[in-house]
Amino acid sequence: MARVVVDPVTRLEGHLRIEVEVDNGVVKDAWATTTLFRGFEIFMKDRDPRDVWHIAQRICGVCPTSHGIAATMGLEESFGVTPPDNAVLIRNLMEVAQYQHSHILWFYALNAFDYVDVVSALSAKANTPALKAVQERLQAYVDSGQLGFLANGYWGHPAMKLSPEVNLELSAHYLQSLDIQAKAARALAVFGGKFPFHMSTPPGGVTVIPTIQDVLNYESIMKEVNDFVKNVMVPDTLAAGAAYIELADIGAGVGNFFTWGVMEDVASRDPYKRALPRGAIFDGKLAVEKVSPEDAVEYVPHSWYTAESGEGKNPGAADATTEPQYTEMNVDDKYTWTKTTQIKDRQMEVGTLARMLTAYLSDAPGAKKIVDDALAALGAAGKPEILVSALGRLATKPLESALIAEKMEADLAMLKENIVAGKGEWFTPNEVPESGKGVGAWDAPRGSLAHFNRIEDSKIASYQATPASNWNFSARDGSGTRGPCEEALIGTPVADPEAPLEILRVVHTFDP
Amino acid sequence: MQLDINRRDFLKLCGGTAAMLGLSQAWVPQIARALEQAAERPPVIWLAFQGCSGCLESFAKADYPDVATIVLEVISLDYVDVLMAPSGTRAEKSLDDAVAAGGYITIVEGAIATGIPEAMTIAGRTSEEIVKEVTAGGAATVCVGTCASYGGVQAMNPNPTGAKGVGEIIGDEKVINVPGCPANPDTMVSTIVSYLLFGKAPELDSRRRPTFAFSHKVHDNCQRRAHFDAGRYVEVFGSEEEAKGFCLYKMGCKGPETHSPCPLTLWNSKQNWCVGSGNGCIGCMEPDFWDEFAGFYDTLPNVPVPGFIGVKTSADYVGSTLVTATVAGVGIHAIASAAKGRYKEEDDASEGSDD
Repeated sequence: MARVVVDPVTRLEGHLRIEVEVDNGVVKDAWATTTLFRGFEIFMKDRDPRDVWHIAQRICGVCPTSHGIAATMGLEESFGVTPPDNAVLIRNLMEVAQYQHSHILWFYALNAFDYVDVVSALSAKANTPALKAVQERLQAYVDSGQLGFLANGYWGHPAMKLSPEVNLELSAHYLQSLDIQAKAARALAVFGGKFPFHMSTPPGGVTVIPTIQDVLNYESIMKEVNDFVKNVMVPDTLAAGAAYIELADIGAGVGNFFTWGVMEDVASRDPYKRALPRGAIFDGKLAVEKVSPEDAVEYVPHSWYTAESGEGKNPGAADATTEPQYTEMNVDDKYTWTKTTQIKDRQMEVGTLARMLTAYLSDAPGAKKIVDDALAALGAAGKPEILVSALGRLATKPLESALIAEKMEADLAMLKENIVAGKGEWFTPNEVPESGKGVGAWDAPRGSLAHFNRIEDSKIASYQATPASNWNFSARDGSGTRGPCEEALIGTPVADPEAPLEILRVVHTFDP
Repeated sequence: MQLDINRRDFLKLCGGTAAMLGLSQAWVPQIARALEQAAERPPVIWLAFQGCSGCLESFAKADYPDVATIVLEVISLDYVDVLMAPSGTRAEKSLDDAVAAGGYITIVEGAIATGIPEAMTIAGRTSEEIVKEVTAGGAATVCVGTCASYGGVQAMNPNPTGAKGVGEIIGDEKVINVPGCPANPDTMVSTIVSYLLFGKAPELDSRRRPTFAFSHKVHDNCQRRAHFDAGRYVEVFGSEEEAKGFCLYKMGCKGPETHSPCPLTLWNSKQNWCVGSGNGCIGCMEPDFWDEFAGFYDTLPNVPVPGFIGVKTSADYVGSTLVTATVAGVGIHAIASAAKGRYKEEDDASEGSDD
């Protein structure tokens, strides 16, 4: 038995430490520690409720749009105001751009070095002038002797399996992706002002009043982005997925999934009709149940918070609180800044896999075909259960990108029609109420997030947020049941404890 | 430096930097030579503490040149947790090696947790320990974003973790601050290139911000400034006034109090900026903006407007007077314009749109 600590886990947003117990080259136990606390729940108190959606975006600089929209939806419930259709369309379009930005950034910049051996790419036979140019560029970089951010990578690791030619091609796509992710952010800025941290979605609607030219501008930028998804990222995923098919055998996790749903259905505003619909899956049974933010409860048996911060309270409860109380780092006692957040006494996984399974099982428009086609390409036709694995988390990201590109087309068409017809409602005037209560339940690219607010004396009396990492990096519960990432690590082979590449693969599939 | 970078992109970088630094384009060859003659790519260590990775995200949106060119051909980014290949002990080795080699620029993103030091640790060390050790051996320290510069979002009252800016920890005289939530990519890149070019910090203001970027207020260069001067304001979101792009002052815009190059640099490849999306500036480049400007939708008091020179007159008063009383409004505006000899083109527009 040997303990292996990976700290820092790099290529993610935030700060994460992973400790595992390895026996005979296989992970037997695991502990996930988030090593950052800032205190949003504390400094939100007494704020002007209208400021909150700006502050909330700073929870995550990679997915601020989702936090901003979720915060605003919660405030809209408290304020008793409904945004007009055009505002919902604009928010959806910004969210689509953020999803594409995030998924592209994740697949290449944050994830690819776990599978793509850049050094091996140098010995590839470059089949096109473009690939030759990339190879020469990488060669010059290596020859400079300054390896920079590529130094000490896991090059030549026995778990690296792609041929030099595929490594070169994916390295070229890595470089291309850096340009494309910036373009997706640029499309978001058409309606949001800038990214990260958009400015245009206060409670009541949107501040931006786009012209038809703005909409066409967004469309043309996103066309390039979505073409990259379809023609580069999806094929790359399937190629990598087929080469690393053994990922289907590891990383299954807790088998409980849920999503609050994302990309609103404008007509119904029903979360079960969102492009990626709301729903929960329990105990590995591939069937979808309903789920409500009121079902979420928090505990702190292994987290550095006061006892009152846990106790099975819903984050929307009047006495919900998040008060830090650091003791010491001890995996047998308290070991993380993440609470244990559960639904129906279960540890719950969130993220793309949860959304795509829910969409697939709910028969959401387009989802079944996209997933079935991918399963066939991976040689697993009719076996959606193989997706409950590290492979599934890896493979469903680009599929989700392809699915929401379809949603984007439909929303764009509606928006254009409204603008041309002169349907110019963008904002419903509203006021901060004396008191109120609301929750915005939405999904960021990396998973479900809910923002619970309470207003008293027209100020924030209580604000609690449960972002994706509260679920995926949840600590063990009181009875010792591991959190989703911890559980997913069990059974992961570790060829070289000094270079625990396989651990990184599993952790990175959660897109932390 | 081995100049494998495409020449056109490289000169674009130099040209963009010259413009940002307020240098004439005659400087472009000198900037190019200075960067080309470096024996090796300047090493950079990017430390991230209490923050959200938003500034690295912003940096990754740079387009003069793009981020791939910056990290492959301009600098040697030896440690950067969001992008680097290794994790764990290997990542620590990258940091140790870079620190041992010396001569690097330290870029810091995120605040330092001092009240609860364990609220921010990497490899078991606190943010304060790491930032002190790394910056001590470096050539320069650039704080990107409002968090690293002044504490940022987590330092908001009551600052539960005792978050502080880096200058408060290692000494203000040792830092260059590039605040913003997030920091602007053009400003970040120009600050770094300026340091590489001249071997010292650019001229800084009292809050350690480069004056080339922070000596003007958003209000000074705002695209909607003419509307402010003419008393044309948005009073409700989603209104006809917003569709016409009127001034957001009454919607709480903090542009008149915010030092920032935003109206000139814009964001995301010059696609847009905050005011362009119809929401006022929230002042994110000012040191304590989360607390000082809280109430982002409350109108700033006592902003002087043209026509009332020497008198601190609320634009709220002037605005409502102008908008509701067209004749008086045009009269006051005409006097102001005549006195200043500017805004001539706006006169015609104001008569029409104020009706």
